[in-house]
Amino acid sequence: MSFLTHSEADRREMLAAVGVSSVRDLYGDIPASLILDDPLPLPDPLSEWEATSLVSGHAARNAELVCFAGAGIYDHHVPAAADHVLRRSEFYTAYTPYQPEVSQGTLQSIYEFQTMVCELTGLDVANASMYDGATATAEAVLMALSVTRRREILLAGHLHPHYRQVVRTYTQGLDVSLLSVGPGESGTVEEKALDVTDATACVVVQSPNALGLIEELSPLADRIHDAGALLVCAVADPVSLALIRPPGEQGADVVAGEGQPFGNTPNFGGPVVGLFAARKKLIRKMPGRIVGATDDTEGRRGYVLTLQAREQQIRRERATSNICTNQGLNALAATLHLAMLGREGLRQVAETSVQNAHYAAARILELDGFELLYPDTPFVREFAVRTPEDPRAILSRGLERGLLAGVRLGRFPDLETPDGLLLAFTEKRTRAEIDRLVDVLAGR
Amino acid sequence: MSRIPFPFLGPTTPTIFERSRPGRSGTSVPRPDVPTRPLEELIPARHLRASPPRLPEVPEHEAVRHYTEISLKNHHVDRALYPLGSCTMKYNPKVNEQMARLGGFAGLHPFTPVDVAQGALGLMHELGDMLGEIAGMDAVTLQPAAGAQGELTGVLLMRAYHQSRGDVQRRRVLIPDSAHGTNPATVALAGFEVSELKSNEAGRLSVKALREALDERVAGLMLTNPNTLGVFESAILEISELVHEAGGLMYMDGANLNALTGIARPGDMGYDIVHFNLHKTFSTPHGGGGPGAGPVAVMSHLEPFLPMPTVKSEDGVLSLDWDRPQSIGRVHGFYGNFGVLVRAYTFIRMLGQSGLREMAEAAVLNNAYLSARLESCFPLPYGRGMHESVFSGAELKKKTGVKTLDVAKRLLDYGFHAPTVYFPLIVAEAMLIEPTETETKEELDRYADALLSIAAEAESDPELVTGAPHATPVRRLDEGRAGRELDVRWSFPEG
Repeated sequence: MSFLTHSEADRREMLAAVGVSSVRDLYGDIPASLILDDPLPLPDPLSEWEATSLVSGHAARNAELVCFAGAGIYDHHVPAAADHVLRRSEFYTAYTPYQPEVSQGTLQSIYEFQTMVCELTGLDVANASMYDGATATAEAVLMALSVTRRREILLAGHLHPHYRQVVRTYTQGLDVSLLSVGPGESGTVEEKALDVTDATACVVVQSPNALGLIEELSPLADRIHDAGALLVCAVADPVSLALIRPPGEQGADVVAGEGQPFGNTPNFGGPVVGLFAARKKLIRKMPGRIVGATDDTEGRRGYVLTLQAREQQIRRERATSNICTNQGLNALAATLHLAMLGREGLRQVAETSVQNAHYAAARILELDGFELLYPDTPFVREFAVRTPEDPRAILSRGLERGLLAGVRLGRFPDLETPDGLLLAFTEKRTRAEIDRLVDVLAGR
Repeated sequence: MSRIPFPFLGPTTPTIFERSRPGRSGTSVPRPDVPTRPLEELIPARHLRASPPRLPEVPEHEAVRHYTEISLKNHHVDRALYPLGSCTMKYNPKVNEQMARLGGFAGLHPFTPVDVAQGALGLMHELGDMLGEIAGMDAVTLQPAAGAQGELTGVLLMRAYHQSRGDVQRRRVLIPDSAHGTNPATVALAGFEVSELKSNEAGRLSVKALREALDERVAGLMLTNPNTLGVFESAILEISELVHEAGGLMYMDGANLNALTGIARPGDMGYDIVHFNLHKTFSTPHGGGGPGAGPVAVMSHLEPFLPMPTVKSEDGVLSLDWDRPQSIGRVHGFYGNFGVLVRAYTFIRMLGQSGLREMAEAAVLNNAYLSARLESCFPLPYGRGMHESVFSGAELKKKTGVKTLDVAKRLLDYGFHAPTVYFPLIVAEAMLIEPTETETKEELDRYADALLSIAAEAESDPELVTGAPHATPVRRLDEGRAGRELDVRWSFPEG
């Protein structure tokens, strides 16, 4: 099946208007030796029904599990109404709002998204989105390098290992050093361990960190600011922001995070939505699209892309970033979900997740051989446990019972932890499911 | 000649925050059914925020009405032609949306053990193979989330390749002056230097300028093909040979691949690296600014450097390959925009080998036809392009004072989207029009008629055009003021 519309008669008429006899005449600029004689070795076309069967077959070979995995992607409910609006082709078949007069829907929704991100993070300004939490963190590091003109980056030991890897990828061509600040006994960054110097561009701390632990940012912020560096807070679990003191209030200059739990299904890790917020004085150094309000010639409020002189389409090699297409529709999904949840709804999502996690932790700690990696440090809705047996055996038992029993810590050598499981809880998990998880862990 | 006008929409839609009233809520959330404890016993009070984020408080139907109302102010592909040059705004088949939402895909956690994620990995592996065939290249990464990230991946691959050979002095990347802004921005991001090459009078890369620029410091050439004027770089074989002889690599920005699929392959042209834009060529929706996907195909000498993990197939069993010591590393938190890959896979399987070629042919035919209809009025300084053409409004401006920007705004009154304007930078008053293959002859005629009518208006009643748009949800917006008096988030009233 194809999506072409020309009849043979149309084609003839159009070719005649162009003044050529066949479509191949339009390819005259391509050297003949490059024109393929044979069709590509690809499968034959399929009807819509055949394609649906084929693709559904692929989907069916993926297990649909009761999910206790997190580590940056969380299994939250997406309201039917949010997905319904997201399917409006007015939104999803439009592009970057280059003509604002006919893109007010997209622009206004981004303005609302920016406001919500500011509210969640406690910062002044936010952009229209980044690819994901990991790349948002990398862009925050690049921004800090540019703002401070310094060459050292300090990464917390319990930064999400994938975020760390993406930061490494993004900075490999630059003359900069990536240094680590290891966790203290609490599993979090301690002020005394911070070796911030006049070469430090920024310190990147994730909270809750990769093991789910809440970091104390305020004491770090003072020390970092005294040295003239920026504090970048990475947020891999934005639901925590409903309850926890926002990073902006604790002195973070930039929040780079993941917004997936708002309105976006896990999607095997993408598409999701990177969040980027900063203090107002940094706005001209920010990457990505920013929407601002203004008036039209008749004095009506409207929205436009603003501060475009930062961007690649104007500034080219001096742009703040190379990003162009971002994650617009995923940002809209987040906006829709947050608008429908409202203050109380988001708090309830977070609180149910927290209660589920703490109930589970208490039950798991009753089992022989299980202990929290950091029993004295508060967590929100995700925690790491040591297991008395190889976590792979537990995960296999879980699969037999229809559970994804967490994420194996051994996947993340960068974290330098003993092997074990990282377990996450959302508002979707029930007591019965959690009890089943406990049985799986116990080998019952 | 005009398309459906925008409905009357009233002056301004308030923000969702202005619709908020305390105590309203738009969705129900499960209460915990486990034994609960007060929050302060679970999380010390010093960590808790003093007041909740000020999210709007609206019932579900109010939220739906709000976003439905603002959606009606968007031009979009399902409404009418959206011929943004270099963006390939083609129709987005609806079945793709259904497929991406299947529970086995949408609900799949990225840390699901691979033995129960074989369907996802299988789809990725097969898509990678098909993209490799389309490119005529040996290996593919699906990880980049958009074209610009594909470019970054490509430039980092160049860097890794040269470093592996001890060629550390190769830090200069050649880019023609007609290139997308993402090309130079990406090169700078990767820590390399940009050298801009002038285009020749035919709008192509000047082979002479290339020869002069090539030396032992050149890492490679980034060359869109067909280039941003829509013109095929017909000296491509000579260009590739020169770059390779000088020790550089050839990078193709695949933004314009819609002209070539099934017709000619970047690999045969001598390119070493190409990125795809699945949201352009392979019909995945542009989403108001993403998500896209920017897979990168490479020749075998670059394969060891691809981002990790890659998808590996052994005896029909799929796995993720992390053992890639020369890899440039990860470019995405997980495996890229998987949901976009599902849509592109569905599209490619439906079109199949014959459909992909017909797609390119129809895109080229549509552009040729539209160009033929317009060129008497809007000159083509570099001639007709393949899948897109760049017209100049310079003559019209000289004659009537009406600028390309005015023509673009007036098109909105006719119910169409404007072309890409003022790009490429090397054409005065540029209008880059890309109709794509999914437009009927009648729609192309309506668009041509609208543009010709606007040209006539520019002579008879220029103020009608310079004052446009008149019939859109808002009139021309003061962009200067938006930049001077920054208002980038809703300000809540005090108290």
